[in-house]
Order: sequence, then structure tokens, then C-alpha cells
Amino acid sequence: MISESAAWAIFFLPIASFLIIGLVVRPFFNRFSKISAYLAILAIGGSLVLSSYALKSVLGHEEAIGWAAHEWFSLGGGEAFTFSIGIYMDSLTAIMLVVATSVSLMVQIYSMGYMKDDAGYARYFAIMSLFTASMIGLVMARNIVQLFVFWELVGVCSYLLIGFWYQRPSAAAAAKKAFIVTRIGDFGLLLAILYFFFNQDTFAAAGLNSLEIPDIHQAAVMGLIGTVALAWLAGGIFAGAIGKSAQVPLHTWLPDAMEGPTPVSALIHAATMVAAGVFLVARFFPVFSPDPHAGMTAAMTLVALVGGITAFGAATIGLVMHDIKRVLAYSTISQLGFMMLALGVGAYDAAIFHLFTHAFFKALLFLGSGSVNHAAGTFDMRYMGGLRKHMPWTYVTFLLGSLSLAGFPFFAGWWSKDEILAHAFNQGGVGLVVYGLGIVAAFMTAFYIFRVVHLTFHGEFRGGVEKKIADASAGVVRDGAVVTITADEESKRGEHVHLGESPVTMVLPMALLAVAAVVAGFIANPPFDLGVIQAHWFSHNLVMAQEPLLHFEEKAAGIEVGLATVASIVALAGILLSYWIYQAKGISTDRIAGAFPGLYRLLYRKYYIDELYEGGLVNRVFYRGLAFFAAGFDSRFVDGIVNMFGWTSRNLGRAMAQAQTGQVQVYGLGLSAGIILIVAAFIVWG
Amino acid sequence: MPGLEHYLVLSGIVFCIGLYGALSKRNMITVLMSVELMFTGVTIAAVSMSRYIAPAVVLANPNDTGIILNSVLTGQAFALFIITVAAAEVAVGLAIVIAAYRIRKSVDVTELSEMRY
Repeated sequence: MISESAAWAIFFLPIASFLIIGLVVRPFFNRFSKISAYLAILAIGGSLVLSSYALKSVLGHEEAIGWAAHEWFSLGGGEAFTFSIGIYMDSLTAIMLVVATSVSLMVQIYSMGYMKDDAGYARYFAIMSLFTASMIGLVMARNIVQLFVFWELVGVCSYLLIGFWYQRPSAAAAAKKAFIVTRIGDFGLLLAILYFFFNQDTFAAAGLNSLEIPDIHQAAVMGLIGTVALAWLAGGIFAGAIGKSAQVPLHTWLPDAMEGPTPVSALIHAATMVAAGVFLVARFFPVFSPDPHAGMTAAMTLVALVGGITAFGAATIGLVMHDIKRVLAYSTISQLGFMMLALGVGAYDAAIFHLFTHAFFKALLFLGSGSVNHAAGTFDMRYMGGLRKHMPWTYVTFLLGSLSLAGFPFFAGWWSKDEILAHAFNQGGVGLVVYGLGIVAAFMTAFYIFRVVHLTFHGEFRGGVEKKIADASAGVVRDGAVVTITADEESKRGEHVHLGESPVTMVLPMALLAVAAVVAGFIANPPFDLGVIQAHWFSHNLVMAQEPLLHFEEKAAGIEVGLATVASIVALAGILLSYWIYQAKGISTDRIAGAFPGLYRLLYRKYYIDELYEGGLVNRVFYRGLAFFAAGFDSRFVDGIVNMFGWTSRNLGRAMAQAQTGQVQVYGLGLSAGIILIVAAFIVWG
Repeated sequence: MPGLEHYLVLSGIVFCIGLYGALSKRNMITVLMSVELMFTGVTIAAVSMSRYIAPAVVLANPNDTGIILNSVLTGQAFALFIITVAAAEVAVGLAIVIAAYRIRKSVDVTELSEMRY
């Protein structure tokens, strides 16, 4: 059994690394900034070891390990309300800890190679440590206020990392966008927290603390909160998750977050930022589904539909993007949609299972794209190709990650995605709708990721960044637009592309993640006993951890062969179609795009959602509507009042000034007359 | 035998003559002299008060030494102070008159109107 101090150490190790790098290494020993990488890796490695130990402890434990909360601060006098902090450790927490720390460790080892020679080396590792620590704090939080603090801290860290190269205007804009868009969702979460805060009395009457997460679970299941209130609470919490996990309609920040260094994208997309939203819904699952036997509640239907639409919509955009990181970004949005979809249909364990496997293969794919960029100098797939021969390690690991994402049978992604689809199918009703969306999205997933593989690694090399800069200078038009170069590519102007494998610090984490991407699904949730590993230990423990709160029947116990076959065929079809188009050149891509010009443009412009927000919402509603009215009110009414005071006193003064003749004797006369009047009044009325 | 009223009326007449001169004369010297006349009027009032009021107060409070000490010579002390201050005031006033004359070659008060707004 893990002790409480050991559990706290998981959180405090990366915090310590952040403080040491930020307060000591960077200000005083920046010449030896290499230390910071070792410090950060050491700290996160320690956290990983402790997290694994925590997972092992939780698995042998029937219920969640809850240590008594510590008082943080009190409000009020007689009936003081106490905010407390503490650790709530169930299998969900432990699994999230292992995911966050292991992916973070791989990413940081990789960063040693990728960020080499960057001026902000120490700053980078300091924020990466803080980022991981925030995520750890978030998943371990016992109190909802404590959770919210870390929730925002995760947002701040992603802001700092997306805008890491803050000299580039595009990076600064992307960082702001990520922060502001997620804040819109956070507002809903904040409202939910306020509801708990103002209903302390209801909870206190039942002997519960309205801010403690286990108590909230219990209150939801006991029916302490009304059905309507519960639905709104679930909506508020889900709003937070929509923002953080980049679900429709707040998904626009994630593709722009590509402006950060690639390892940051890997971390954001796999283990920290976006996983937080899925985790949040999972953490408050009893609020969404207080009575598991009652089927899908309204809130769950909403979650399922948003998840399904996101999974489908993002996958369609992923089909047409040219930037390898953007394809992966839309892929992440789509996969997060799958997780939400799973939560919506009540497949709590399948959602976390997919989060678990997705973390490994998505981190791997991003690290692979960074490695590709290391060689080709660009993320634009139109200028890649043929890299297989030059970077065999990157190719093999990327291919394994792609197979896992595509849902190729017996790879990690296959197990988890299949479980989600099976649960959705078995749920019936709305479940069937989202199953349909999900299966089509799965097909497109397989297609677009193998499109990436073919464009990047197969065929002939198409010149990399050198050629792209040359094209941009010559004003070449490709795919209906003049080629423009990004800030990242601009920084490589004048360099020659020399293709070759990345250094071992970059290849090693990719290789380790590739192993995880292949076997994680099978090891984590084997359909039958494997010696020491029990069948379905992952799902079993997750569902058990929620007991007696969660009784969602394991409808899809084991993988149902029929559904699994359908999903596998769909994945294979996607892979083969992309092989036929991009490898065998069965049909020209221009012809497909030419056949559906409207559709192609719609997808390429990402359904015009950015334009809608920028032009419609921000520009028309806020800037020209609301802000225009507010500015008019301010300049006419508010300023008018101020000006009126100024005008009155100025003109009054001007009138009074006429009495100032400068003749002292006139003043004296007035003075004397005044005295006489006063004395006279005193005599008459005194 | 003149009483307190007579002295006070005299004091008032002298003060008012002075006030009239100070407000109506255009020559600075004359204004200055008129101000002196106003001082004199006040001095007369102070001294006569001391002469007529103080004994009555002492008679009313034969055992209270505090009140007696306060009332007996207050008017005279005031008169001395007023004379002293008036002397100083005249010195300053004449200096101003001379300075003003040097600048403007005139001692007409109505010409000194630079202090209007």
C-alpha cells in the first residue's frame, strides 16, 4: 500500500524540479542549462516509479484510497466553512498518473535532442515540469476547488508552452487563442463549482462536504441533488471538458496549438491538457449518471452526441490537411470525440482505456512528426516523401503508431476503439447514431493516417523546406493557394536539407512508445488470463473503483466478435484505400478534389468555423455589436456625465470671475457691507 | 460725567471715519492714514471696556482670583498690542507704498488692479 507521503511525492517531485530550474538554474547557471533537462527527467522518472507503485496498490485494493483531507483555509466565523486539500486515489487516478508521467518522461527525453541549442532550454524544461505537476495535481485532487486550481494551472502551462517561441506573432496568437477558448468552457465548470459552494447546507445535513469529490459522488447517487439541477451541473462540468478536450464547438484552439515546439504538442495531445477534459467527465461520472440502471440521462446523450459529432467532423478535416501536425491535431480531436462518445453511452471504462492507449500512440506520432521535421525542415507533407530510406527508425515507429491509431487488429488502438464502438452499439437508441458516426470516423482515421504515412515516408523526396521556400519566393500556386511559409520554416532559410536519422535521445523514446502502442491494449485489457495478468483487469478495476456508485452493466463483456470484425474490416478498408490512392496512384487526388470542389473547400477551410468565430461572432457580434454599443454608451453617457460636471463648474467660475475687478477698495466695500448686514440681521432677529 | 456709551459712540465714529477714508480715498497715503484711524477707534473701545466693565466683574466675583486677573487689565493690554502692531503695519505699508510709487510713479490705489482674474 502506498503511503500518503509517497503519493504527495508524485506531485512534489516535478514541482521541485520546476522550482529548482526556475529559481536557481535559469537565473544563475544558465550556461549549464543542460542540467535542467536531467533534473526534469530525474524528477518525472521518480514520479513514474511512484505512480506505478500507486497503481499496483490501488489494484490490490477494493475501494478508492482516500486519505483524510488537510485543512487549507477556513471562511466565516462560527459556522466556519473549511476548504481542504487531499488526495483521492482510485484506479482512475492511478491510471491517469501512470499515463501522464510515462508519456511526459518519454517526451522530455525526446526534448533533450529536439530542443538542443534552443535559447530557452532551461525555461522549456521548467514549464514542462510544471505542466506535468499540474496534471498530476489535477488527477489526484480530492476537493473540487483544488481540482479547479490545477485545471487552470494546466491551462496556463499550455499557454506558456504553445507560446514558447513568443517572438513569433503566430505563436503568441495561438497561445492566446488556446487560453481564451478554453476559458469559455471553464466558465461552465466554475458555475458548477459555485452551485456546490452555495448548497453546502444541503450536503451538510447529510453529513457531506459539498466540495469533496467523493461526497459529491455520494450525493448524486443518493438523490440529494434534484434531477434538473444534476443535469445542469453535468452540463457545466461538460462545458469545462468541451473547452479542455477540444470538442465541437470549442475545438478551434487545438490545431492552432501546433505553434508550440513539437514535443509540447505530443504532451498536450497525449497525456496532459486534452486528457484533462475526459478525465473530468470520468471523475464526475456519477453526476452524469446517478442511476446506472436508468439508461442514458439527458446529460449523457449530450456528451455522446457532442463526442460523436466531434469524432466524425474532425476526422473529415483530417482528410485534407497538408500539414502533418495538423492532421495529427484533428486526429486527436477526433479520438477525444471517441472518448466522450464512450462516456456518453456509459462505457466509462472503455473511455479511459482509449485515453490510455491513445496517449501512447498519439505521443509517438507527434514525436515522429517532430523527427521528420528535424530532417525535412518542414511539416508540409507536400514537400516530404521517401523519408523511409533515410530515417528507418522513425519510419518503423511511426508506422506502428499509425497502425495502432487506425485500429489494425491486435494493436493497442484496436482494443480500445473496438470496445467503445461495441458499447455504443449495445446501448441502442442514441448509441446507434453515435456508433454510425464512430464507425465512419474510424474508417476516415485509418485513411488519413495512412495518407500521412504514404506522403511522408513513401515515394520520392520532394525537396523539404528548401524547395518550399523556393516555391514561396517564386509565388507557386498549389492546391488553389499560393505557397506560404511558416515562421518555423522561415527560421530555416538558407540551410540545406540533409536527410538523416534523428539522434538517439529522440529515437529511443519513440521506440519505447512504439512498443507501448503495440502491446498496451492487449496487456492492459486482455480478453483472457495471462498468467499474472488477469483478464480485463483494467476495466474491472475502473468499474470497481466507482462502486457502489457505478453499476453500469458490462454489456459488452469481452470483445464481441461480430462488431470487432466490422471495425477491423473498416480499418483495413481505410488503409487499403489510402494505399490505392497514394501509393498505387489508382486515382489522382486532384481528380477527387476536382469532383467535389465545394466539399473539398469546406473541409480544407475546416467548415469555416474559424471564419465564423472570427468574422461572425468576434467581429460582428462582439466588436461591431456589443463593443460598439458599449463604446457608444461609454463615450456618450458616462463621459457625458463627467463632462457635464466639468462644463458646469467652468461656466459657473467664469460668471463668478466677473466680480474679481482687482480693485481692493471694492472688495473692502463688499466686506464691510457684509459685516453690516450680518450685524443688522443679528440685531433684528438675534 | 461721560459713561461707557459715550466712549463707544466716539469709538464707532472714529472707526467709521477711518473706514470711509480707507474705502473711498484714491491716495495710498490717505488710505494708510485712514486705516490708522480705524485702529484708533478700536483702541478707544478696548480701553473704555476695560475701564467700565472690569470693576463690575471683580465686584461680582470677589473670591475668584482667576477671573479677576483675566479681566482687570485685558483691555489695556489689548490697546498696547494694537498700537505696537499698527506701528509695524505702518512701516510695512509705507514700504509698499514707496515700492509701488517707484514702479508706477503714482500712488493711486485704483490703478493697482493686476490681481483681477
